[in-house]
Amino acid sequence: MKFGIQINEGPYTHEASTTALNFVKAALEAGHEIFRVFFYHDGVNNGTRYTTPPQDDRNIVAAWSELAAEHKLDLVVCVAAAQRRGIVDEGEQERNGKDGNNIADGFRISGLGQLIEAGIQSERLVVFGD
Amino acid sequence: MSETKKFLFVNRKAPYGTIYAWESLEVVLISAAFEQDARMAFIDDGVYQIAKGQDTSELGIKNFSPTYNALGDYDINKIYVEKESLEARGLTVDDLLPLTYEDEDDDWAEKDSIKVVSSAELAELMDQSDVILSF
Repeated sequence: MKFGIQINEGPYTHEASTTALNFVKAALEAGHEIFRVFFYHDGVNNGTRYTTPPQDDRNIVAAWSELAAEHKLDLVVCVAAAQRRGIVDEGEQERNGKDGNNIADGFRISGLGQLIEAGIQSERLVVFGD
Repeated sequence: MSETKKFLFVNRKAPYGTIYAWESLEVVLISAAFEQDARMAFIDDGVYQIAKGQDTSELGIKNFSPTYNALGDYDINKIYVEKESLEARGLTVDDLLPLTYEDEDDDWAEKDSIKVVSSAELAELMDQSDVILSF
């Protein structure tokens, strides 16, 4: 089956991102396809490489980056939600005159249309959030 | 992408206090560009999102409720409000924004977009939907 994933919460306040990560791993192990993972609302905070949790805690951002590299996942951060919350890639840095960027490996910033497209192209869209 | 799917946007939260309602509305408006069969449902405190007479002047947050009036122009005219959620909050359909659309199949007659449905009817609607986005 082809899944689309939507994540609506940041990495640590809510368990949503960890649950989604576990779901995606289990789906891939079972031979399913992940069309796209779309990060919305505070979910965009899963896409900053500046996340530095204590050593004895899980690094959720790094886990997404690693999983994306391993399985060529399409991790998309919503541009409008990202602009509100200071998640910046090189393109956004240039466009908005910022002094740096913080997007994590394997993530890209794009529009909400990518979420609707995930709904159209996937057999199931699964939403993780509050 | 010629495929048309039934999208249901489920709104469960109060309009202010969290950003879910506003960012949900942004998704709904974008979805119109994809010419899908889009519906919206308002349940729980989500019914307050389309309450009449919202005034956020003391909050310092933009009152975005007038934007719902534009939904009809985006061909989003299937708006379901859960009866039980209204009743639990002492609201009736008269307390809601009079959301309407012009029906092109009926000589552009102005019609109500809002339909009050029971939770059982809403469950059926969810069952018939291809994609459910919950906010």
